[in-house]
Amino acid sequence: MTAILTYAFKNLPTTSKWALKFSIRPLSCSSQLRAAPAVQTKTKKTLAKPNIRNIVVVDGVRTPFLLSGTSYKDLMPHDVARAALTGLLHRTSVPKEVVDYIIFGTVIQEVKTSNVAREAALGAGFSDKTPAHTVTMACISANQAMTTGVGLIASGQCDVVVAGGVELMSDIPIRHSRKMRKLMLDLNKAKSVGQRLSVISKFRLNFLAPELPAVAEFSTSETMGHSADRLAAAFAVSRLEQDEYALRSHSLAKKAQDEGLLSDVVPFKVPGKDTVTKDNGIRPSSLEQMAKLKPAFIRPYGTVTAANSSFLTDGASAMLIMAEEKALAMGYKPKAYLRDFMYVSQDPKDQLLLGPTYATPKVLEKAGLTMNDIDAFEFHEAFSGQILANFKAMDSDWFAQNYMGRKTKIGLPPLEKFNNWGGSLSLGHPFGATGCRLVMAAANRLRKEGGQYGLVAACAAGGQGHAMIVEAYPK
Amino acid sequence: MVACRAIGILGRFSAFRILRSRGYICRNFTESSALLTRTHINYGVKGDVAVIRINSPNSKVNTLNKELHSEFIEVMNEIWASDQIRSAVLISSKPGCFIAGADINMLAACKTPQEVTQISQEAQRTFEKLEKSTKPVVAILQSHGDTLAVSCQYRIATKDRKTVLGTPEVLLGILPGAGGTQRLPKMVGVPAAFDMMLTGRNIRADRAKKMGLVDQLVEPLGPGLKPPEERTIEYLEEVAITFAKGLADKKISPKRDKGLVEKLTAYAMTIPFVRQQVYKKVEEKVRKQTKGLYPAPLKIIDVVKTGIEQGSDAGYLSESQKFGELAMTKESKALMGLYHGQVLCKKNKFGAPQKDVKHLAILGAGLMGAGIAQVSVDKGLKTLLKDATLTGLGRGQQQVFKGLNDKVKKKALTSFERDSIFSNLTGQLDYQGFEKADMVIEAVFEDLSLKHRVLKEVEAVIPDHCVFASNTSALPISEIAAVSKRPEKVIGMHYFSPVDKMQLLEIITTEKTSKDTSASAVAVGLKQGKVIIVVKDGPGFYTTRCLAPMMSEVIRILQEGVDPKKLDSLTTSFGFPVGAATLVDEVGVDVAKHVAEDLGKAFGERFGGGNPELLTQMVSKGFLGRKSGKGFYIYQEGVKNKNLNSDMDSILASLKIPPKSEVSSDEDIQFRLVTSFVNEAVMCLQEGILATPAEGDIGAVFGLGFPPCLGGPFCFVDLYGAQKLVDRLKKYEAAYGKQFTPCQLLADHANSPNKKFYQ
Repeated sequence: MTAILTYAFKNLPTTSKWALKFSIRPLSCSSQLRAAPAVQTKTKKTLAKPNIRNIVVVDGVRTPFLLSGTSYKDLMPHDVARAALTGLLHRTSVPKEVVDYIIFGTVIQEVKTSNVAREAALGAGFSDKTPAHTVTMACISANQAMTTGVGLIASGQCDVVVAGGVELMSDIPIRHSRKMRKLMLDLNKAKSVGQRLSVISKFRLNFLAPELPAVAEFSTSETMGHSADRLAAAFAVSRLEQDEYALRSHSLAKKAQDEGLLSDVVPFKVPGKDTVTKDNGIRPSSLEQMAKLKPAFIRPYGTVTAANSSFLTDGASAMLIMAEEKALAMGYKPKAYLRDFMYVSQDPKDQLLLGPTYATPKVLEKAGLTMNDIDAFEFHEAFSGQILANFKAMDSDWFAQNYMGRKTKIGLPPLEKFNNWGGSLSLGHPFGATGCRLVMAAANRLRKEGGQYGLVAACAAGGQGHAMIVEAYPK
Repeated sequence: MVACRAIGILGRFSAFRILRSRGYICRNFTESSALLTRTHINYGVKGDVAVIRINSPNSKVNTLNKELHSEFIEVMNEIWASDQIRSAVLISSKPGCFIAGADINMLAACKTPQEVTQISQEAQRTFEKLEKSTKPVVAILQSHGDTLAVSCQYRIATKDRKTVLGTPEVLLGILPGAGGTQRLPKMVGVPAAFDMMLTGRNIRADRAKKMGLVDQLVEPLGPGLKPPEERTIEYLEEVAITFAKGLADKKISPKRDKGLVEKLTAYAMTIPFVRQQVYKKVEEKVRKQTKGLYPAPLKIIDVVKTGIEQGSDAGYLSESQKFGELAMTKESKALMGLYHGQVLCKKNKFGAPQKDVKHLAILGAGLMGAGIAQVSVDKGLKTLLKDATLTGLGRGQQQVFKGLNDKVKKKALTSFERDSIFSNLTGQLDYQGFEKADMVIEAVFEDLSLKHRVLKEVEAVIPDHCVFASNTSALPISEIAAVSKRPEKVIGMHYFSPVDKMQLLEIITTEKTSKDTSASAVAVGLKQGKVIIVVKDGPGFYTTRCLAPMMSEVIRILQEGVDPKKLDSLTTSFGFPVGAATLVDEVGVDVAKHVAEDLGKAFGERFGGGNPELLTQMVSKGFLGRKSGKGFYIYQEGVKNKNLNSDMDSILASLKIPPKSEVSSDEDIQFRLVTSFVNEAVMCLQEGILATPAEGDIGAVFGLGFPPCLGGPFCFVDLYGAQKLVDRLKKYEAAYGKQFTPCQLLADHANSPNKKFYQ
């Protein structure tokens, strides 16, 4: 008992120093560490499996991710999605008629374009003979779009799939109240003037109160930020640690942006506005500034603030996925393989955001890899507190034994391989589009930094989670 | 349905419910701590904040007994004297429990009011010191809070459904005797304070925050690096320390912003005339509801009034004196007896069953069947509800849904929880899935041949270990079990209607019922949240049997020309929650007739009394009571004041018998009813139907609405005096004969005054 206590205690300052160190010199891992992956031999040479088609990412793009309410604010979701699709067409020059299928993920649906994949594809000039559908799985919707495409290709139904995701938080469907809707529908059915009057007479002023889309978990009525704050408290993650991690994310993103590493971003000429060329949510601040903020969810003593949470974001992403032989036949040089993936789910109340902890060991075991085999980690950062809580969970034997049915802990992902080009905290998080960004970041990092395997993981509302292995395509 | 109202009151006894501590492991203090080892209280210092931990050894809860009290004073004195310490945090090291209130046993041990008054005054002094502490004290409340917390400067409570605050003392016939009556009105306003103290109601954490009873809420944490409960306590402590520091640095104000309504109320209460009106109104209401049978509420009003009108010194003095007086009253002893009895009836004396019941099947989706289903699914039991017709089944399913939905409306459940609970219920018309059932409870119509048929059908499909329980109010279980292939697995489970409101469950064992079957039935009942008495099989078991002679007497009294309304007011003024005539209507005249006939056959002349012909005629005219809209009264939807059913006049006239003047005074009428009840109850103990007097008292109060202020029939005999009761019985015996012959055990008690049911 005491051991755990003192352990937690000791751990506090250590992790914070870490985070701080890396926030200052993000890529300057010691020579030893850098040398390590090169020398290290992988558990497996490749994850290719006999008699199963290899599936590759030819390339992927995204629109700049913008704070909601900025340049995209007058657009509709399919407009942003279309920008990603045209960007992909431009980047890959894929002949439109080759595309067998288009899948998009989205979370808050615009009711007019509920199958936003189809509306965007038609507008982007894809063939009207290419079917399209939209999937939703909270923050892992784009992941679901990709893996759905993987399934279609692996089963031989398709050879070429476009997967992507879009979210436009600048505009959300705010509805009339149920009572008002009922009244309006009744009015629609009323035939005579008398009937109409009798329906109208039922009107009350409170019918006009609007109904906002729920920001809370439907099953528990708890907002995600609130749950994240409790999660951070459960794992004894301090406010300082969270602020330090957020600062790291922003500093790394800024550096990546400045060095031009975010090559998946394509410019977007917004009608009536200037061309948007880069993400606008990256704002490295100082710990002093961040410390001044009041808690956003659990007031007045919580630890999750606006500065250490991901912000509401507009944006879209798209990716061209093919069967390897098709890509090669078309003369492409693919960027990466999409390998084993895993979906998990757990208690939506107390473990809402622990998806990565649960999904990581499972996908590694499935692929036959270990943590040491992974050269690039790309985890979705919903909140600093969430990432750090996942770290502590992955680093805890007690948690592994009591909640995951494992004998030992999973182990920490080495921070020097973790979200090196920023993450959702700094780049932004358009719910439906983040999955593709994670995969492209992993693929691009493997090419740039060298290395073979990338691990993508994310948590999602509903207590769900996802992880996937990305394997670099041999140069 | 009988004693619903009384049970409503007694249900709140759960305020005292003791929470099981979940394997809490004592933490080592890493901080510098005053290493003086005390038994109940310890404290350590973190920075300039003292963290006081209360943890009574060998007890599931911390109760405010003498040792704890004196240690607390010691610790506080040290803290006040220390230069290093600037503020303090008070926490219970028992997860889910602060201090469960004054030690009842400590009060019970006192012989005179003065002793109790003294205890009260000591507590008052300590709490007053605490209240006026110059160093802020932050209390952390998990589950139950009490006056100790109220005297702290700041309160932090866990926000979950377990956390309830309140002053349940009134339910034990006493008052909050450590300054609560003086402090609460200042804290939450006079009207709210009255409401809390007079009803003893539990206040949930979020409501308490709105009222100003607590200052901050902390939601419990989920799993992290250690068990959730443990980490939650740690977290509470961390949060409390930041607030304690803030208070000491004057960065946080302990004063709360009051809402407009609150401000207006507070202002209104400064006007003497308004105050007088409030006292008057509250007193009127209390008198009406208690009919003067419960002294505690009136004294609470009195004490609060004294404090406000004459200053707190007078208030404290009055509080401690009245506390002493109340603790010595019969009513308080009766209520405390019931509390102990209830604790006893929440235990499984048969031990754990070999196999946990996980799958339950219920036959018959009527009022009872659906009610049983509701309390079962609510606690996570997978339940099959089978009925013969789709309409009947649909009605039952709707009843379950409505029961759960009402909880949603009261915010006791979320709609999501309702749906997931409701998914535990499977409605069906056949026996599909019965092969997995661990227990079948039949709640079909009360007809022996039907029950036999059902039993045989069910035994053909259930597994060997499955228990067959019969929900019947009067059919002997051994007769039902007669056709069983496995009588050791047959048991009676007598629920009371409405099942979700009535706390009592009467479990009936036959000579053949195995111990494991009993253990299983009790375990299920406890899971359903019931208070359980286990009785032997016999006609009418315990509860129905006690009620029968009283009902027979009701008929005779009506035949003698007493107006049903008069009879009702006589019974309610004696402390019964429902009048005797209304009771017949509520139970159902046909049911009453059924029972009267069955038990009349079994017990013969002893159950004679009134002429059952009265019931027969009522049934033939369709006057079945509330369910048919007409009985002794007329029941109309939406009409509050019920009127007498004038069509009854001719029936009553035709069966009229002359009253006997020597036994027809109001008091005699009351005692004719009560003594016949009590005599039968004692006879049940004498015959071994009942195992203990405590179960008899709990059964009578929780199932039949026997006046709680009398503590149940056995407690009543002890407090009223067996001799006096026997004298009365003999007087009535002289007038009416055998029905009133005192039973042997009662006579024994009368003969030796030292004999008591409760020693």
